[in-house]
Amino acid sequence: MKSAERAPAPKGAAAFQILTIALKDLRSELRTKEAINASLAFALVILLMFSFAFDPEADTTREISGGLLWIVFAFAGTLILNRSFAREVPNDCLDGLIAAPVPGWVLFLGKALANFALVMAVELVALPIFGIFYNVRWAQQFGELLGVLALATWGMTVIGTIFSALTVNIRLREVMLPMLTYPILVPALIGAMRLTAVLVMGKPIGGDDGVWLRLLVGFDAIYTAASLVLVETVLVG
Amino acid sequence: MRDNIVYGLGIAAAAVLAWNTYAIAGLPDEVNQGAVFKIIFFHVPMWAAAGVAVSVALIASALFLITRNFAFDAAAVASTEVGVCFLSAGLATGSIWGRQIWGIWWTWDARLTSALLCWILYAGYLMLRRAVEEPTQRATFAAIFNIFAFLDVPIVFFSIKWWRTQHPQPVFWGNGSFPKDWTQHFLYNMAAMVALGVVMTVLRFRQEEVQREIDAVRRTVHAF
Repeated sequence: MKSAERAPAPKGAAAFQILTIALKDLRSELRTKEAINASLAFALVILLMFSFAFDPEADTTREISGGLLWIVFAFAGTLILNRSFAREVPNDCLDGLIAAPVPGWVLFLGKALANFALVMAVELVALPIFGIFYNVRWAQQFGELLGVLALATWGMTVIGTIFSALTVNIRLREVMLPMLTYPILVPALIGAMRLTAVLVMGKPIGGDDGVWLRLLVGFDAIYTAASLVLVETVLVG
Repeated sequence: MRDNIVYGLGIAAAAVLAWNTYAIAGLPDEVNQGAVFKIIFFHVPMWAAAGVAVSVALIASALFLITRNFAFDAAAVASTEVGVCFLSAGLATGSIWGRQIWGIWWTWDARLTSALLCWILYAGYLMLRRAVEEPTQRATFAAIFNIFAFLDVPIVFFSIKWWRTQHPQPVFWGNGSFPKDWTQHFLYNMAAMVALGVVMTVLRFRQEEVQREIDAVRRTVHAF
């Protein structure tokens, strides 16, 4: 609504703007490393806790590994997503971003891309650590696993980014974000858990599992579209 | 006048429910399940009423975002609250049936899981409202979350077909086995339950409107 009032940008400018915002976020994160360090440390702690929850040597570990991994990813990812907009609050940076001559969806996509890169980075570090500690062979179908990771992580980032913007100014922000995002993420997480478990056990994705792949793609498409439509309302009211 | 219509509808719905409960108690027990089968007369209408309530909440939320009229926000919160009530009652009656027939209160069957998830989503909506203090922001954020939550419901619901499911299949359509003369009792309950939901929503809606008026007056007084 508000974006229509702004001066029209030249073609191709949107992609450049998205990239600028994403790189800005990544740069500031890589310089301070506040979210990514916390997220990695948290992932390690959860991985350690799991070893007390069940027998890490058992064969069943591999069967439930998909679920465990995605619990780690969801928890660790929330720490990064929480910071995404909270980082802009000091010095009124958020007002600056909203006032900048870019439409809301560009701002959203830029932020989402940066978050996606950060969450993926944490996942790719946590994955081999999980493999070593719990004797899970994750590398045997790495290409397919990477695809599943990317699809589910994009869903997680889209939901996380829009709700990060939504919760940035409210009370109990740190609690509200996971409380609102996890229930919505459940379908994507179920799909990701199933597919990851199948891939880690060395089986191909086929037959009945194809439906979970389609679920992930559909989930990503629906929520990316909904977020792009609603983000302007979230940011400027 | 409008008061009388609302209260009249409420009394009528309660009367139909009471009379129908008596009538249902007089029906013969189902062959396999016995008396507990009759919980279906309440369980399914509760879910239907919950479905109506959250659909109304979705429409009201979308209308609020379009028109910025706070009456729609009040309608959204009123119908969501009533929806959560029916969802809770639906879960409770389902659980009682499960204890009798399956021997367990709860199972992580797909339909049960998605029902619980709906409950959590809409409870989250109510919690989100508590966390936002500024009224305009609260209404906007709540409306957006409502749309996101509703989008999730069909995605979750379709997972029933993909997951093995333990919940009994519907007995009303297709190869259903529901006796014809029982259907009318079922439909009476359905109508009464939805009417009860409407009455509760209207009352809650009025409360919300009055609350906003009081807040506005209070702000004006503080301004002086």
